[in-house]
Amino acid sequence: MAKLNLLLLLVLVVCALGLVTSQHKARKLFSDLEREQARARDLEVDYGKLQLEASTWGLHARVEKVASGTLGMRTPDARRVRIVERGAPR
Amino acid sequence: MSAAAASGIVRLPVWRARVVMCAMLAAFGVLAGRSVYLQAMHTGFLQEKGEARYSRVLDMPGTRGRILDRHGEALAISTPVQSVWAIPEDVIATPAQLKKLAALLGADTRDLQKRLADSSRDFVYLKRQIAPEQAEQVARLGLPGIHQHREFRRYYPGGELTAHLVGFTGLDEAGQEGIELAHQASLGGAPGSRRVIKDRLGRVVEDIESIRAAQDGKDLQLSIDSKIQSLAYGALKAAVAEHRAKAGAAVAIDVRTGEVLALVNLPSFNPNNRAKLSGVQLRNRVLTDSFEPGSTLKPFTVALALELGKVTPRSMVGSGRDTLRIANYTIHDPHPEGALNVAQVIQKSSNVGAAKIALSLPREDMWDLFNRAGFGAAPQLGFPGEAGGRLRPARSWRQVEQATMAYGHGISVSLAQLARAYTLFARDGELVPLTLVRSDATAAGTRVVSPQTARAVRAMLELAVQPGGTAPRARIMGWRVAGKTGTAHKQENGGYARDKYIASFVGLAPASEPRIVIAVMIDEPSAGKYFGGVVAAPVFAQIMQGTLRLLSVPHDAPLEPVPLPGEGEEAREST
Repeated sequence: MAKLNLLLLLVLVVCALGLVTSQHKARKLFSDLEREQARARDLEVDYGKLQLEASTWGLHARVEKVASGTLGMRTPDARRVRIVERGAPR
Repeated sequence: MSAAAASGIVRLPVWRARVVMCAMLAAFGVLAGRSVYLQAMHTGFLQEKGEARYSRVLDMPGTRGRILDRHGEALAISTPVQSVWAIPEDVIATPAQLKKLAALLGADTRDLQKRLADSSRDFVYLKRQIAPEQAEQVARLGLPGIHQHREFRRYYPGGELTAHLVGFTGLDEAGQEGIELAHQASLGGAPGSRRVIKDRLGRVVEDIESIRAAQDGKDLQLSIDSKIQSLAYGALKAAVAEHRAKAGAAVAIDVRTGEVLALVNLPSFNPNNRAKLSGVQLRNRVLTDSFEPGSTLKPFTVALALELGKVTPRSMVGSGRDTLRIANYTIHDPHPEGALNVAQVIQKSSNVGAAKIALSLPREDMWDLFNRAGFGAAPQLGFPGEAGGRLRPARSWRQVEQATMAYGHGISVSLAQLARAYTLFARDGELVPLTLVRSDATAAGTRVVSPQTARAVRAMLELAVQPGGTAPRARIMGWRVAGKTGTAHKQENGGYARDKYIASFVGLAPASEPRIVIAVMIDEPSAGKYFGGVVAAPVFAQIMQGTLRLLSVPHDAPLEPVPLPGEGEEAREST
């Protein structure tokens, strides 16, 4: 009887320790998840900022200024433009 | 000494034991009572207090949705910024530190001191919405009592180009104008909150419950094409400057889908910096203002006459005299052209001709056509404050009013209404519902006139841009254009101002298979020229050419440069 009790006690202790470690692991993982989520939010914010920057750099007026000013480009004369009709699908 | 005492047993009186027992029972009773009180009656409060030691409610921000153009380019984006606030009582700072803080916040040192000296308040905003980099420098000062919290701020990369259309939000990110206001419900995010367990170091270790999930606003894709928008803005700005006009507006519509591709207004403003904003800059002349359109309404009168079989394009109108007297009112044609047929009435923009045609029509039918062309009712674009214009009921029209309405006086419309009404000439008699939100499907129109009538009027509109018409300057190389000019006296103090005009042009292209309708309006050109064909038509041509090129619309005219009209080759008009 006493032997069985001892065995059960041992099992109990092991279980209790298991519970503690798993709880600890869960919390650790959770805080990792939390950190990653925060990072995702920060990246989202960065993405928004970059988008803002991209559309500021890509403003039509600016692109045109750079193209015609710095790069010396101009709109091709309409007579030199060929419009290709889409062929019939085979 | 007794025997009992000798054996070490002291016989105590019975009552003492009883007293002790009663006292202990009473103590137990008190304890039991207390525990019942705590466990059963006070339990909620205690649990709350206990939880408060480790559980926290975190706020989850919901971001506002972006506004995009039809190609996904951003027109409005929210990014986080910091707001700096203080608890005046807690602030301990040396004058040098305060000076540094003021410099970082871009505020006046004395003003800052005054605000911090006011100890009756426990919350003072020092500066709202500063850049995160700046905020970090403030935080690095490490001043006690100075705190920050995160807010979102709206940025508009398009700036003044899309200011009237997109509108703007207030400090709390609620829409105040334009699309931002109209689509507030779907754009606006809802902040949420959740309960978590935090450990000693302040890290979140467990999620207990989500009280309310944060909801991000939905992105909204508009029908606007940034390139066409920018093109239209540039062309309009140049024209407004050249003709020293008070204001200008232009709108471009895709005929197939009813999408608004560009919508510009001048004068404009920078929505990112609205410190010096005036009412004039805020006015949206395309959608929320109406004006007397002038001759641009003539094609509708003619369309009705054709539809009712009263005239054909070749039937002659009038006898070549340049005035028409109705009651005691005289209608003039300032540049008499002799006898005209119906097509020439449109081509030369003859007031007398249009009035004569109108007088042959029942006024109820005329009202009905104007009404079905969308005049007198807001165009239902889902934009705040859309103007419906003014179209008086037919039974209140006097004869002279019916005649003047034929050339667009005594009726008022918004530029968007005017552009939409012209879709019925572009779509063979169907009026297209407009939309500001992207849609790729072909929109179903409502039939207003027969395809034959619409095509006949389109042919007349094409004549108007040929040499001999009122707007040869509206032509472009490579595509056939059709359109009509308008030059209307401005209304002022209940009458017409003698020397103030609104020049306008509405047109469509390519004329063989129309894809785009563009309407241009220039308010009070005051550099000498004021005819719609001279002031507004070139703007139309510039925007139309660019738009057709950007949309790769096949050419339907030979690629030869369009000669500019020589002196005297242009027909002049008075309305």
